[in-house]
Amino acid sequence: MTTPTRKTMPRTGAKGRAAHDVGGLDFGPIDRHEHDLALWEKRVDAMLILLVGKKKGAFAIDAMRRAIEDYGQQEYDRTTYYEKWARAIRNLVVEQEILTRAEIEARMQEVRDKHLKAGRKVSKAGVPW
Amino acid sequence: MTITAKPPKPRFKTGDTVHIGDRKAVGHCRTPWYLRGKTGVVASIQGTYHDPERLAYHKPGLPSQVLYKVRFLQSEIWPKYKGPATDHLEADIYEYWLEPATEERRP
Amino acid sequence: MTHGHGSHDHDHDHGHGHDHDEPHPPQRDHDAGEMGAYEVLEEAVRTLLIEKGVLTPAEIRGQMDLMDSRTPSLGANVIAKAWTDPAFKKLLLKDTRAALAGLGIDIGTLAEFRTIENTPKVHNVVVCTLCSCYPKMLLGIPPAWYKSLAYRSRVVVDPRGVLEEFGVKVKPGVEVRVHDSTADLRYLILPMRPKGTDGLSEEDLAGLVTRDAMVGTAIPEAPKPKRAAAE
Repeated sequence: MTTPTRKTMPRTGAKGRAAHDVGGLDFGPIDRHEHDLALWEKRVDAMLILLVGKKKGAFAIDAMRRAIEDYGQQEYDRTTYYEKWARAIRNLVVEQEILTRAEIEARMQEVRDKHLKAGRKVSKAGVPW
Repeated sequence: MTITAKPPKPRFKTGDTVHIGDRKAVGHCRTPWYLRGKTGVVASIQGTYHDPERLAYHKPGLPSQVLYKVRFLQSEIWPKYKGPATDHLEADIYEYWLEPATEERRP
Repeated sequence: MTHGHGSHDHDHDHGHGHDHDEPHPPQRDHDAGEMGAYEVLEEAVRTLLIEKGVLTPAEIRGQMDLMDSRTPSLGANVIAKAWTDPAFKKLLLKDTRAALAGLGIDIGTLAEFRTIENTPKVHNVVVCTLCSCYPKMLLGIPPAWYKSLAYRSRVVVDPRGVLEEFGVKVKPGVEVRVHDSTADLRYLILPMRPKGTDGLSEEDLAGLVTRDAMVGTAIPEAPKPKRAAAE
């Protein structure tokens, strides 16, 4: 296994600060609208806690944060909180050789096909690695 | 040669004036950009923890590192801070991001 | 509704008895609307992890139930107890984990908690500029605004402006102190007990404490006196 390499993903126009490191920047008014989490989001939350917990010890929570920080500004800004964590879980389980990229891609297609067959609209988009 | 265990002994104590390192981080770092190069005062010692900058890369992050709660004057962090001079900000900073400072400052 | 998928865990969470003051909308039906790429990803990863025995449906369900059981109401009860029981308050400030354990609340192993007391001289507010660290194991899942770039970026540099947006005006003679949760410590704000609440029961006091008050973006108020019946 190769150790993941360290990268910095600086925010454009902000003199080299990393994309997630936003203290002091200005993103406009705070949207205080609240909503319940979707079921898939609650599951992401649950999997995250279980995987970083002592019983499973798949990876440290710090590794999850690092994975998210490595997405770069554009992806960071345009994805929602649980989209970030879902992608991080996927990337980390592959990095830790728990699952393979190939089997995840294959399963994603099976999941799409299954829901399409059940009459649901399903996005064809992938999630960047 | 005698080898003795040396658990991390805090380099700083409450009330010490400290400078935050002004270097760039490579990879995971929990010292925010807006505090780099700033001067603060140790408000408390928060304990010792495995190093997050290494945990992030699947290393155990040993030896454990001392964590400090550092208090800053807002007017020092932000040149154009709009609030009163008595407003402060605190952050939890690891020892290896701190340097001793010579000038005294009240917390 | 049909679930083609053998998702063993359960039915949707339609408001099953957790502790809250108002009814909230039922669990968003995930069969409605287009299934997004990340929802597809979640199902793919989850089902694979289950098949390989890394996680079980019971564990996932258990963790979801645990998170559902941690709510601002739980936190409000803790605050109300601190207001009425000086020994508990002392323990809460000294060793929050132990104080909560004494109430049967296990905060888990991911992070330590610290309780910070508002005083007539200092108003505290919490943020995590780098991600969204929050005392989840007491208050439950944080609101979207706490995790937003707008809050994370601005509350450190203009806390009074942000507080005003939340309807909180702090006098110039009172310090505003921002706490950036940059490490493995989670901060819980112990707001001041509002004046005019003598004689209120602990339960009534808890009713005055909102989640935002425990983050620092609200200040609890005494209940308004009831209006005369005829207007």
